[in-house]
Amino acid sequence: MTNDITRLSASDLASALRSKTITSVEATQAHLDRIAAVDGDLHAFLHVSSDEALATAAEVDAKRAGGEELHPLAGVPIAVKDVVVTKGLPTTAGSKILERWIPPYDATLVERIKAAGLPILGKTNMDEFAMGSSTEHSAFGNTKNPWDLDRIPGGSGGGSAAAVAGFEAPLAIGTDTGGSIRQPGAVTGTVGVKPTYGGVSRYGLIAMASSLDQAGPVTRTVLDAALLHELIGGHDPHDSTSINEPVPGVVAAARQGAKGDLKGLRVGVVKELSGEGYQAGVSARFDESLEQLRALGAEVVEVSCPSFAYALDAYYLIMPAEASSNLAKFDGMRFGLRVEPADGPVTAERVMGATRGAGFGDEVKRRVILGTYALSAGYYDAYYGSAQKVRTLIQRDFAAAFERADVLVSPTAPTTAFKFGEKLDDPLAMYLNDVATIPANLAGVPGMSLPNGLSDDGLPVGFQILAPAKADDRLYRVGAALEAALESSWGGPILNKAPELKTTELAR
Amino acid sequence: MTAATTTDLVAYEDAVRRYDPVLGIEVHVELGTLTKMFCAAEVAYGGEPNTQVTPVSLGLPGALPVVNGKAVEYAIRIGLALNCTIAESCRFARKNYFYPDVPKNFQTSQYDEPIAFDGWIDIELDDGEVFRVEIERAHMEEDAGKNTHVGGATGRIQGAEYSLVDYNRAGIPLVEIVTRPIEGAGERAPEVARAYVQTLRDIFRSLDVSEARMERGNVRADVNLSLRPTPESPLGTRTETKNVNSFRSIERAVRYEVSRQAGVLDAGLPVIQETRHFHEEDGTTSSGRVKSDAEDYRYFPEPDLVPVAPSREWVEEIRATLPEMPVARRRRLQKEWGYADAEMRDVVNAGAVELIEATIAAGTSAAGARKWWMGELARRAKQDEITLEDLVVTPAQIAQLQGLIESGRINDKIARQVLEGVLAGEGDPEAVVVSRGLEIVSDDGALLTAIDDALAAQPDIVEKVRGGNQGPVGAIIGAVMKATKGQADAKRVRELVLDRIGS
Repeated sequence: MTNDITRLSASDLASALRSKTITSVEATQAHLDRIAAVDGDLHAFLHVSSDEALATAAEVDAKRAGGEELHPLAGVPIAVKDVVVTKGLPTTAGSKILERWIPPYDATLVERIKAAGLPILGKTNMDEFAMGSSTEHSAFGNTKNPWDLDRIPGGSGGGSAAAVAGFEAPLAIGTDTGGSIRQPGAVTGTVGVKPTYGGVSRYGLIAMASSLDQAGPVTRTVLDAALLHELIGGHDPHDSTSINEPVPGVVAAARQGAKGDLKGLRVGVVKELSGEGYQAGVSARFDESLEQLRALGAEVVEVSCPSFAYALDAYYLIMPAEASSNLAKFDGMRFGLRVEPADGPVTAERVMGATRGAGFGDEVKRRVILGTYALSAGYYDAYYGSAQKVRTLIQRDFAAAFERADVLVSPTAPTTAFKFGEKLDDPLAMYLNDVATIPANLAGVPGMSLPNGLSDDGLPVGFQILAPAKADDRLYRVGAALEAALESSWGGPILNKAPELKTTELAR
Repeated sequence: MTAATTTDLVAYEDAVRRYDPVLGIEVHVELGTLTKMFCAAEVAYGGEPNTQVTPVSLGLPGALPVVNGKAVEYAIRIGLALNCTIAESCRFARKNYFYPDVPKNFQTSQYDEPIAFDGWIDIELDDGEVFRVEIERAHMEEDAGKNTHVGGATGRIQGAEYSLVDYNRAGIPLVEIVTRPIEGAGERAPEVARAYVQTLRDIFRSLDVSEARMERGNVRADVNLSLRPTPESPLGTRTETKNVNSFRSIERAVRYEVSRQAGVLDAGLPVIQETRHFHEEDGTTSSGRVKSDAEDYRYFPEPDLVPVAPSREWVEEIRATLPEMPVARRRRLQKEWGYADAEMRDVVNAGAVELIEATIAAGTSAAGARKWWMGELARRAKQDEITLEDLVVTPAQIAQLQGLIESGRINDKIARQVLEGVLAGEGDPEAVVVSRGLEIVSDDGALLTAIDDALAAQPDIVEKVRGGNQGPVGAIIGAVMKATKGQADAKRVRELVLDRIGS
């Protein structure tokens, strides 16, 4: 019975809750049981908040019993990436430097989740400060890919993706600075959406790169993503970069798209995001998906975005530059880890140095050093300044491409999930994973990854859809249409093809 | 430590004869907004440490800044008052440096895009000469927290056992006003520096953008000074004396730096570009940290904020509500009141402009108002060692007092007794006159009785007056005044006496 509940989509679970077929306490407990049974292997969670989740569930059940008007997702449990601050729940951003820190406040999106009555199951694992594409840079151990426990679940949001793919949670929150929602979605066979920059409040997201970071939904279906997107999106006066407009009608778009009619839609294939460097199985699935879109009535055109060739380079200047400044506050003076120097005088400066030396992992140090250098006097124009110009060129490429197409598409990641350790010692190879996802962050446009089949190695492949800024609804229309077509060709959701996870007996 | 600190001081007069001082002044003013620059934490003086904070002003992970619109308005007011151009769009930048009183380890400030730039302000020196100071820029930023170093001898971080940080001040909005090099002040450089900061203080108050209390650190000045052989020579190397926080200290710090730098240059040594600390006790400065090119704040545009783009309509609305600037206002009032330059200067220095203005508004003549505030009241304030403002008498009461004199109900001498009563809290002058029974005796009958008594007592005087010599009449008047305890109108008494003798 509990297995059945965890297999439900958030939308179906919400319906079951509404019809009082099950209670939120039952649903929450089922997911907590699933976490207890499989997370020993998966390690998607850094912290499980059973008591708080069940208390919320009981509260929602009581309100429902009392006939109160509830949010459509009320009672549906959710997992939150550990980079999002949660009042009273540990929040580490995957870093030793924040170990045991308990935030005194909630991120805006967490406030909205709490107000809507979604029990928070816990905090999910991630690369330290969201820096990485494999979750191997977490200070607290790797998260495994439910499809193959020897492989990475993607990153930085590998924990959220694995939790959803492993049926530990129907919904999760991710954050995406260069692909950290979409690439884990691609390699775990789940759906991930990076909304338009400013579409979801960043207040309470531990910042990596302020001009690129964006939170979004991690789910198993396009409709679920839309439901969560609508809940967490919208203007927040605490975030100056938040868009002061209503959230685009993403749920309506997902429902409309599921009807399978894409007549009149122009789909642009980005020439620069395919071919060399893309695994054969990835390219094959991508081409098949284009055929599906044509079959649904869409017109497929090729577009060129020549500046995308420089996107990775620009990204690895802007992101570390902003990160070097954003991470300066972690110094042992006010919160988190504090390390005193082993010998010599204990001055503020030396405590800061010792704390940062001990508290940050190698990838974080690499990016802080890179960013500090890029912002230094005499180098600023050549590095940060030039990178910002590239950013403008990429925005222009997008603008020109969106003249010719309503949405742009590409494979989400060049390969399927690689094995642990395979790219750990080669940062540049690791960075290349994000080659297709980074342009959207640099331009602030929304992007979605949804599963579009298995590669020759039997591992999931992701299909990326990009839309103009503030036209997030287009992602959902196209995504839902493609999802419906693909699932009908597969005979069910892709995750049905994933191997069963070994479960440990519950002590309860 | 350095050779420069061991050279002799040159006498100030000698130094300014042989060197031309050039000033540059940076003034920080804390804005009097209700909340901080980037969050809703309360701004109030004297709160318990670390109680006026939010996740934003503590720099907690995840917190984001939002610009305080009132602070922007205040910054624009200041910019306009300083005749600056207001930027159509400007950005904040991050100034990155590690220090425990800066919670994020960067200060959110403005770098290459200040909100106001290219202005000027006329300041008035003690002798009334007007000196124009050019303003390079006025920009917005946030204040740092306050460090307290405990356990050392000096209160400085060196030698302290531990340090405490209070973040109540962190994030309070500041506007920093930077002058262009102030040239041509010559030997009056100390006075110019002081008068400039004093003028800014007055402007902040009249704009109502800050309490502008020097002693609370609402206004803080950093004074840059360099010397050069002649006004035609290129600028010399400057020092920056930090946080000189009273008007007197500004003058003293400039004087000292002129003497010190002249000594360094006379010894054939270079002035070291550095920040210096001013010492209140002996009026000297000492070396702080050396400013070098190695100091790199890695400025870049603050990505968490969008540009501030004040609409031209808003700027004009603000301009329309600007009050008259202090120097212009003083000139207008002096003209209206007909005071001599020296009189007006004394009034200004005594802090009596507003009091006199209010007294005149309540119906007193300009001369009458000045007589009271710069006379008897100034004496009282000095005696009690308080400011005129702190005397427990209002301009309206002074106007009433003067009115009583002018209507003949009391005379000048009685008026002082009435004032005593007012200052003693016995109520308005009218009430004091009644309660103390100080009204002039204007009943002729009562006066005539007293006059007849006096005349009868001094028949020889009556004879002399009748013989055409009016001189001795004063003795009769004096006797009458004495008999009426001074409460008679002397003029009326004289008329009645002459009338009596003549009849």
